[in-house]
Amino acid sequence: MPAIHDMGGMPSDQPIDQSSHEWADWEHMTNALVGALRHRGMMNVDELRRGIEAMRPDEYHSATYYERWSASLETLLVEKGILTTEEIDARAAEVGERWA
Amino acid sequence: MGVTLSAAPGLFEPGDTVVIRSDSVPHHHRTPWFIKGKTGVVRAVSGPFHNPESRAHGGTGAPKRLLYQVEFRQTDVWGGVRAENRADVLLVDVYEQWLEREDSQ
Amino acid sequence: MTDNHDHESEHPGVQPDSELSRRARRAIAMRELLVQKGVVAAEEVREQIERTRARTPAHGSRVVARAWVDPDFKARLLADARAAVYELGYTLTHDAELAVVENTDEVHHVIVCTLCSCYPTSLLGPPPDWYKSFAYRKRAVVEPRAVMREFGLDLGDHVQVRVIDSAADLRYLVLPRRPVGSDGMSEGELAALVTRDSMIGVTSALEPSQTRVAASGTR
Repeated sequence: MPAIHDMGGMPSDQPIDQSSHEWADWEHMTNALVGALRHRGMMNVDELRRGIEAMRPDEYHSATYYERWSASLETLLVEKGILTTEEIDARAAEVGERWA
Repeated sequence: MGVTLSAAPGLFEPGDTVVIRSDSVPHHHRTPWFIKGKTGVVRAVSGPFHNPESRAHGGTGAPKRLLYQVEFRQTDVWGGVRAENRADVLLVDVYEQWLEREDSQ
Repeated sequence: MTDNHDHESEHPGVQPDSELSRRARRAIAMRELLVQKGVVAAEEVREQIERTRARTPAHGSRVVARAWVDPDFKARLLADARAAVYELGYTLTHDAELAVVENTDEVHHVIVCTLCSCYPTSLLGPPPDWYKSFAYRKRAVVEPRAVMREFGLDLGDHVQVRVIDSAADLRYLVLPRRPVGSDGMSEGELAALVTRDSMIGVTSALEPSQTRVAASGTR
């Protein structure tokens, strides 16, 4: 079984959806945050990909592009000891309340 | 091919027939499943790059590994039934550690 | 923290707050925490946003148009893309290399990244959504002709299709075939024929009549 991301040539009868969406603010921000961390040498693109590939298959499939980046970024930041899951949980709850 | 040739000597050169290793490895790597075990021809030596298999797991990516552009016939990869046109080809960038000489199989 | 809302206020109204997904909330939380801890500065993130916004397919179009009018530049572009685009003032990002492949009457290249979304962002900006879609990643390597037909390009059997799966840190830009009827056009006019999709290879460059139609259609 190929890994989750290794999908070239897998059966698909889906037409290519050529529509494009305007990036949400958080998508711009997530792209930029990863860029800033890469620029500082704190993570690299191979790690980012590895973190994406480690997602649970159901989540990999249902997540949007930058949701996958968010998942991988969290894996890497926790793994590197820069942030903890608990503090991300707590802050994410605050973010939710602030925008509720 | 518009690819900068490497000055560093590699194990393979353009025109060599190669077989892609069919290893199933648990770590991050950039060799797509559909060329594993398939035979292709080296079209270009694209130069040394940081090894993603190291960099993805906390390594520095050193030593750099040579990257080759390998050409596969669509019929060889997918079989004659799925291939749209017998002349069409697939070009994939493959790191040296994934290549074997055809006769070593 | 004083900067919790600064990013959001810069680009208002894109997404209703209530629609922030769990992963979106966690991304925002990570940014806030990293800024608070001094791991990254808010300014660095803002600069990256601007850097991304500054990259557009117009850069690639200019490179292609120059190659169409200047055979020596084209030769340099195909031999050493990094050096050639630098002549036009373009510096490649990160440590990704660039290769340019030429489409002709006999050979047609089309680019995909089946493993993720590798793309020549330095010259084209971020990839379009369809390039990152599972459908494109699955289908482009096995049925490129069917995929290109969906984009309106129907290649004859005499043309060899060469699909490039961009699996490493070498990014590919397609140099599309110069359209028939474009003789005598200026470099700027030619650049207007060079669409993003033609530099990925799923379409040809526009023909001169197509841009006139498009221009009059927007008036």
